[in-house]
Amino acid sequence: MIGTARIMGNFVAATGLGWNIRHDVDQLFALHFMINAYRAGTMVAVLAGAVGWFMVLRQQTFAGHTLALVSFPGAAGAIWLGVSATSGYFTACVAAALVIALVPRPASAQGHSEESAVIGTVQAFALACGVLFVSLYGGFLNSLTGLLFGTFLGISDRQVVTLAVVALVVLAVLGLIGRPLFFATVDGAVAQARGLPVRLLSVVFLVMLGCAAAEVSQITGALLVFALLVMPAASAQYLTARPVVSLCLTIAFAILITWLGLAIAYFSVYPVGFYVTTIGMAILVLTRVGRSATVAWQRRGGDAVIGA
Amino acid sequence: MSLVAANPFTGIIHMLQHPFLRYAFLAGTAIALAAGLIGYFVVLRQQVFTGDALSHVALTGALAALAAGIDLRVGLYGACIIVAVVMAALGTRGNADDAVIGSVFAWILGLGALFLTIYTTSRSGSSGGTTGVNVLFGSIFGLSRSHAALDAAIAIAVVLAVVVLARPLTFASVDPAVAHARGVPVRAFGFAFLVLVGITAAVATQAVGALLLLGLLAAPAGAAQRLSSRPFGAMWLSAAIATLSIWIGLSIAYAAPKIPPSFAILAVATACYLGAVLATTCARTAQPPTAAGDLAHP
Repeated sequence: MIGTARIMGNFVAATGLGWNIRHDVDQLFALHFMINAYRAGTMVAVLAGAVGWFMVLRQQTFAGHTLALVSFPGAAGAIWLGVSATSGYFTACVAAALVIALVPRPASAQGHSEESAVIGTVQAFALACGVLFVSLYGGFLNSLTGLLFGTFLGISDRQVVTLAVVALVVLAVLGLIGRPLFFATVDGAVAQARGLPVRLLSVVFLVMLGCAAAEVSQITGALLVFALLVMPAASAQYLTARPVVSLCLTIAFAILITWLGLAIAYFSVYPVGFYVTTIGMAILVLTRVGRSATVAWQRRGGDAVIGA
Repeated sequence: MSLVAANPFTGIIHMLQHPFLRYAFLAGTAIALAAGLIGYFVVLRQQVFTGDALSHVALTGALAALAAGIDLRVGLYGACIIVAVVMAALGTRGNADDAVIGSVFAWILGLGALFLTIYTTSRSGSSGGTTGVNVLFGSIFGLSRSHAALDAAIAIAVVLAVVVLARPLTFASVDPAVAHARGVPVRAFGFAFLVLVGITAAVATQAVGALLLLGLLAAPAGAAQRLSSRPFGAMWLSAAIATLSIWIGLSIAYAAPKIPPSFAILAVATACYLGAVLATTCARTAQPPTAAGDLAHP
């Protein structure tokens, strides 16, 4: 305990984190790369929240995870070929989304197991390609960890602009198809009967999911995208059943996780991905515990009323 | 490289003269058999996502052990088996809890990132980074004799367990309700099976790496399920495809040193799956669906 306190003490002294919150915040935004990190992080959080909300609702978490991981070979391949990593991220994720979308989503159990086998194969093969690219490029182990586990240090102004444009496009498309997509998700059969292009919606959504995964992985790394996609939505959908409220709550959670994660990571030596996932997990656990406690309390109150 | 010379047999004999390749083939074959058999049931029971989660747990377990300075395999097996038991206890059948499984393993991966940083910063020098990468992507050519023998023994034990459990496990997977009514302990089988998946994940991590072992579970099994509708036929076909992938993959990686063995293995497995998809699709379009086909997929 004393050891930890001493380490923490050194640590705080080294980075200059104090009790004056205003001073800390000034320090946080003193450097340009940190401002860029916050700009990019906020956009990514809004996007991940909105897309992740639909992903959890549609039970496509496995597909989302796979698309997230595909960003790693995309970036590794782009670096190997000498083009910008950003283009690699988007190309790989959208291509993988199309491959997964090629497999129809069937209603039967047999078909579902087929779909997951396809997704698993796509995921493993994509990662294997990433290994190949890294090996062909030869030795960039440090940036390998960055690709996998995230880094917020090197976000350039141009990257921020690209992120903003893609985020706006994806959000606009999502706004356009949001209503029919919600309908198709909640009751696919009725939506189809009413003449909605359910299959087309599913493909468009997967492509949007791919774009979102490519965006997020530039902040959190390929392995941890999933945290920002799934955790806020899982927490919010557990709290409320009303779609609009839970969508807003999801985006709020995502922004909170990113802001806190970036701030803590700035004052610490450990990777941002660890803080982002831990804060997300804490929110998830808090919502579950809080909700169960409320339900239990209400039930007890109800029993008491009945008893009286 | 002389081994890709005219006579393939001389090439294979050349190849097996290297001890590290003999160990790789020994461990690889056993791991492939285990992964193929387990993978068949993973796909049949729709637990590919669970397998995915376990493979990431393997990563964090190994990195935690490295950060703590103990043998990597302690963390590997410990983490995989504990999380497998926890998942079985939570009852992960059905897709309702996918978001929760996803959140938990995203967090576990975050812990992995933390352990990797602790490990690489506490050990000076470049060995830290390489070991971390080996955990992620496997190092089948780096197995020592004792490691290979132990891996092979554990994998063979998993194979034997699956062979013994195959019949009731198939019953419990295909129709849990009826199996339960007939007195098959469905829940106990769920536990035992996930523990076996955990052990397979741990052993396969050493061959193809934590990030790629899902392919060894999913691709051969997916291909086998497409090619054969008979349960036990598909099961052994899956094991055969996995073994073939490892053999061809190792040979390719040996012939072309630039290509990492993990990639070669996964590429062959994926090609097998693609081949199976193309073959069955062509067969289906060649003959219109029959009544029997409709009965098979109600």
